[in-house]
Amino acid sequence: MNTWLSLLIDLLIICLFLGGISLFYRPKEARTGNLMAAGAISAAFLAVLLRNPFQEPLIIIIAVALGAGAGWLVARAVNMIQIPAMVAFQHGAGGIAAFLISYVELTRAASVPTQVVGEVSGFLGLILGAATFSGSMVASGKLANYLNQKPINLRGHSLWLLGLALVIVLVALITVLSGNPARTYLLIALIGLSIVLGVVFSIRIGGADMPILISFLNATAGLAAAFCGIIIQNRLLVACGATVAASGSILTHIMCKAINRGLTKVFVGIQPQGKPKPQDLFFEPPAEGEVQAQPAKTKPSSEDGFSRAVRAAGEAAKVIIIPGYGMALAQAQFKVVELAQKLESMGKDVRFAIHPVAGRMPGHMNVLLAEAEVDYEKLVEMDDINPEFKEVDLALVVGACDVVNPAAIDSEGTPISGMPVLMAHEAKTVVVCNLDEKPGYSGVENPLYKMDKTVTLFGDAGATVEKLLAGLQAGEI
Amino acid sequence: MTELLILFLVFAVSFIVGYFLISRIPPLLHTPLMSMTNAISAVTILGAVLIFSVELGFYEKLLGVTAIVMATFNVVGGFVITDRMLKLFKKRVHPE
Repeated sequence: MNTWLSLLIDLLIICLFLGGISLFYRPKEARTGNLMAAGAISAAFLAVLLRNPFQEPLIIIIAVALGAGAGWLVARAVNMIQIPAMVAFQHGAGGIAAFLISYVELTRAASVPTQVVGEVSGFLGLILGAATFSGSMVASGKLANYLNQKPINLRGHSLWLLGLALVIVLVALITVLSGNPARTYLLIALIGLSIVLGVVFSIRIGGADMPILISFLNATAGLAAAFCGIIIQNRLLVACGATVAASGSILTHIMCKAINRGLTKVFVGIQPQGKPKPQDLFFEPPAEGEVQAQPAKTKPSSEDGFSRAVRAAGEAAKVIIIPGYGMALAQAQFKVVELAQKLESMGKDVRFAIHPVAGRMPGHMNVLLAEAEVDYEKLVEMDDINPEFKEVDLALVVGACDVVNPAAIDSEGTPISGMPVLMAHEAKTVVVCNLDEKPGYSGVENPLYKMDKTVTLFGDAGATVEKLLAGLQAGEI
Repeated sequence: MTELLILFLVFAVSFIVGYFLISRIPPLLHTPLMSMTNAISAVTILGAVLIFSVELGFYEKLLGVTAIVMATFNVVGGFVITDRMLKLFKKRVHPE
């Protein structure tokens, strides 16, 4: 094929997929955007098939059919709460492909003289691909609850990481200088070391920091693909990989900003500090019926928490619901939406306030609520809704803790100090439907629970919300 | 060498263009966005089939097949799941 023609085709494919991405500005058009990107990748695949001679076409067809079939089946089967685990798993699959390709190309490079820069890219693709693979598998295991959610901190963890990275660089340098057969073994050792690096890196991050880990792995998967593209000298691979790397970087940056911690601090993990031990949200939900209202002892009102909450809901004109990952764990989103619809049918203004890190990946809460049939225009971002809390009659917190913790604003030296939070405490009444009084992932006590205007209803969120709904329906105003 | 320079240029331009395009996407759609870019990162499928463009030994074939299976799994799974998610985002008529 003519060089200019093939360049033109590549450019068209890149435009098609960038066009697809730009349709993500509006939810209505995003589906078309996704199809366009899928079309672009298919076209790129076809172009490669047409441009090159191939050995063993039958094997290729079978492998493609196997991968596509498995991908399709799994994608149909997962539910929305499993999405982060699934996406992490797919990052891992992409990582495997990237390091295998780099490996094959590098073993070939031993017999064919190649340029140093290309070879360095191959090494980067191999190391990043392997580390992305293992890191993503750990992340996916944590997200799917196969692995312990708690961050694991080895003694001298940072030193281990640094040491591993140095060893990897050293082995890579030796590999460049050596010929076959030593080269093959060294490359395999390099893959092994990178896999260990990915694991050591990921086990340290857990719970509410998962959105950052998964965004970061998104970026490294893209980078690995781009480096792969450089060694095989394929423009499309480089362009797509670089775009994905950009996307992952942006999301990582947004997530870090949303918890006001730098990337290194996140990757070092939360250190246990003083009395409050770090707790994450993953407790076994209590059996149904165990729900109980616990008005805090300091509160002046001796009125039962539930009737207080129901009365507040009945009297409120403006309601903001603040969902957290606890809601998703309790599978309470459908009940919460039912409650929201009931409130709306009573003529109230009901909206959802979404913190950027609510959930286990960027934007996860939006997907969960969209699945529960919430109009996406009711899902409001933190910066847009925060100024409105002062005029809100009722802030209903469901399964969220750190993202509504006012201590983030006025405390110093805690893991959440300076983290932007939803201003639930500015609402006239706050109802908290959380599992228990324990602090969130950060381990910082939440003073919101102790405020006079706060009604705390501890227990399984689904059951609590159902009881509130029943109270409203019974007209207990 | 020029070929490599062009590739680095492609990398830089795509990163910058991607950065500007993607930073304007609303947080509402960040999960589908990551799911879609995840599928795009599996364009390594191109590299995986290119392994088969020369004569291969048994082990290379095995690695090539694994790479193809993994990349197609990622590509197809990623786009299908993104589509499923985006279908959920609707404007709804509310009961009054």
